[in-house]
Amino acid sequence: MSATTSGNLMSGAQILLECLVRENVDCIFGYPGGVTLPLYDAMYDHPIRHVLVRHEQNACFAAEGYARSTGKVGVCCATSGPGATNLVTGLVDAMMDSIPVVALTGQVTTKLIGSDAFQEADTFGITRSCTKHNFLVKTVADLPQAIHEAFYIAASGRPGPVLVDIPKDVFQAQSHYSPVSAIHLPGYKVFTEGHTGQIRRAAQMMWEAQRPFVYAGGGVIAANASAELQELVETLDVPAVNTLMGLGALPSHHPNFISMPGMHGSYAANMGMSNCDLLIALGVRFDDRVTGRLSAFAPHAKVIHVDIDPAEIGKNRTVDLPIVGDVKRVLAKLTKVVKEMAPAHAGKNSAGRQAWWRQIREWKEEHPLHVETSTSEIKPQHLMREIDRLSGGEAIVCSDVGQHQMWAAQFIRFNQPRLWLNSGGLGSMGFGLPSAIGAQFACPEKLVFAICGDGGFQMSIPELATIANHGLPIKIIVMNNGYLGMVRQWQELFYNNRLSQVELNTFPDPEKLAGAYGFKGRTIESPHQLAPVLREVVNEPGPYLLNVKVTPFENVYPMVPAGGAINEMVLGPPQPVPA
Amino acid sequence: MLQIISLLLENKPGALMRVTGLLTSRGYNIESLTVARTLDPALSRMSIVVDVEPNLRAQVIKQMNKLINVLQASDLTDSPAVCRELVLLRVRSATSNRMAILKEAEIFGARVVDSSADGFALEATGEVEKLDEFIDSMRSYGEIEVTRSGTVAVSLDAKRLRLSPPVPKGDAVATLPALETIGSK
Repeated sequence: MSATTSGNLMSGAQILLECLVRENVDCIFGYPGGVTLPLYDAMYDHPIRHVLVRHEQNACFAAEGYARSTGKVGVCCATSGPGATNLVTGLVDAMMDSIPVVALTGQVTTKLIGSDAFQEADTFGITRSCTKHNFLVKTVADLPQAIHEAFYIAASGRPGPVLVDIPKDVFQAQSHYSPVSAIHLPGYKVFTEGHTGQIRRAAQMMWEAQRPFVYAGGGVIAANASAELQELVETLDVPAVNTLMGLGALPSHHPNFISMPGMHGSYAANMGMSNCDLLIALGVRFDDRVTGRLSAFAPHAKVIHVDIDPAEIGKNRTVDLPIVGDVKRVLAKLTKVVKEMAPAHAGKNSAGRQAWWRQIREWKEEHPLHVETSTSEIKPQHLMREIDRLSGGEAIVCSDVGQHQMWAAQFIRFNQPRLWLNSGGLGSMGFGLPSAIGAQFACPEKLVFAICGDGGFQMSIPELATIANHGLPIKIIVMNNGYLGMVRQWQELFYNNRLSQVELNTFPDPEKLAGAYGFKGRTIESPHQLAPVLREVVNEPGPYLLNVKVTPFENVYPMVPAGGAINEMVLGPPQPVPA
Repeated sequence: MLQIISLLLENKPGALMRVTGLLTSRGYNIESLTVARTLDPALSRMSIVVDVEPNLRAQVIKQMNKLINVLQASDLTDSPAVCRELVLLRVRSATSNRMAILKEAEIFGARVVDSSADGFALEATGEVEKLDEFIDSMRSYGEIEVTRSGTVAVSLDAKRLRLSPPVPKGDAVATLPALETIGSK
């Protein structure tokens, strides 16, 4: 259907679609409008699938879900003005988590730009800081180059969102199209291979350390370096944590996997970070939610930091040995060198290493992540454990933001990368449901859960229509505690329990709500219902909205208070003071 | 503390916005900024003086280097470089002061670019501190009006410019660019 003969006279809209085909795009999440009319007209009989969402923000979240679950570039599309501004939250979200997304926005006709025309916004200016790069295409001749550069920039190096703003007359203009033969971005610096000398020194440090510890993050997933990570971890037999963004990078069932570190990380993970003598940081950015108070973070450790972005090196934590490069390539080389050095070092530190493992096992046993259960109420941890049982480490779990996100991260296992999709850096409520839509389109055979709080779910209710429209078999689990739980937790702990504007008194009847869209929904509140009903939800061929009423006042522990050191965890709720 | 940054960047719409946006989004105040195209009209050279904590200077340069339009960002604060500024100054003064003004201007190496019954317009270039003194001394002769160019800087180090080569565009999938390595610390 698409013209491929070079030199064909085509409209800008047709050229855009042709470029998307050449970028292997099979699915666009979008919402039409005035200035994108020519594009949507060209789409009318074009094979690329367009998914009509119900709000542009969700188009970007869905594109992220698509990208996060596959590693391919997600594509979203919006009209000028409000369409483009509605994308902003999604773009920042993708920027913070380094997710490859290309956003296409319509713009008013070039002659009207700057005249406060109807639905005009300075999209190029507004999205400057929310994108890795952005383009304003002023003539149709520049369009193919801009589109291919956008995809190239989004997917290469440290991935991120790229926006292309296209005026209506550029969509309409006729031009002789010929395919782009090369991309030339002289100032775009991508460092992929690590420095050989540095890699050698890193291997040496790894053999010499008594208490090495691997801190692996989202970069390992972005680089598809899970196999390489696993090999290094096994070669050195070193304990490893995955950050919130890195869950699944090392399979949860792997014997060397400790769990998640950070503000709501496990005791063993945080103690391991705090007491190691060598921290092997892979594709991470020493985020404040992981490090706690920086001055007290891993105080005894030398730090090796592998990252593709040179600006991350030493940004937060001083690094003893930086390696700038693609973590997949670096790890492959590093493991090779580590293996070469093995005969010279075998057995040298074995006493120290054994003591280190003993210590870590002790920490794990001392304070394991605690699954609360009750016979009268559903505990949130119990809910996550049951979802985990059904998933078996294989389902895609898309989470919203808040307490349920932390419990899901603590209790649901991921035996592969790209199964755990959550808004890590930006913490955007309303992310769970639309990202599940993107993931389900990308992976139609997969079991996809959207785990939401009652707050975040109510931010994404419009997308129930998209789910119903396409019969997407997404299992929406609302962990309903009647509160904006995470905010309430902080109000309880740090604001004298003055619960200001966090109670969500109203929640729609899920049976009626889902029923209104033509699929099943129900509420459960007894722990005895949990396992059988969850099974029923998973067995339902279509979508399902399950509202799970949980203990309202449960809080997430362990917890490192903001500004605290990560080995100073609050392990459980404060005990009542005797009168 | 003031940091002097020299940037080589593509002469494209939006490139300036990306650079200034990077600084303002971090709350840094730009003291001066000059930009003009280079021998290659596709490129611009920018000199920026910005107030940055000394320990964050390296981070600013790294962030600048991440901008797609920036070919090279260098910190000239402590490295061998020549920094100059241009001042255009108009001084209104009584006729009795005219000779004194010209003498004073000569001391600072300033040139007269306009002369009228009201006074002179003068042009001076030099180091920032020297120009501050020049302006101060002119103030003593009467009402002055000043336009400063901001610092322009040229590095005296021969820095190798590393540019990414073009990436051939396959039919569908972009391949990664030629592999590069970056040195240690």
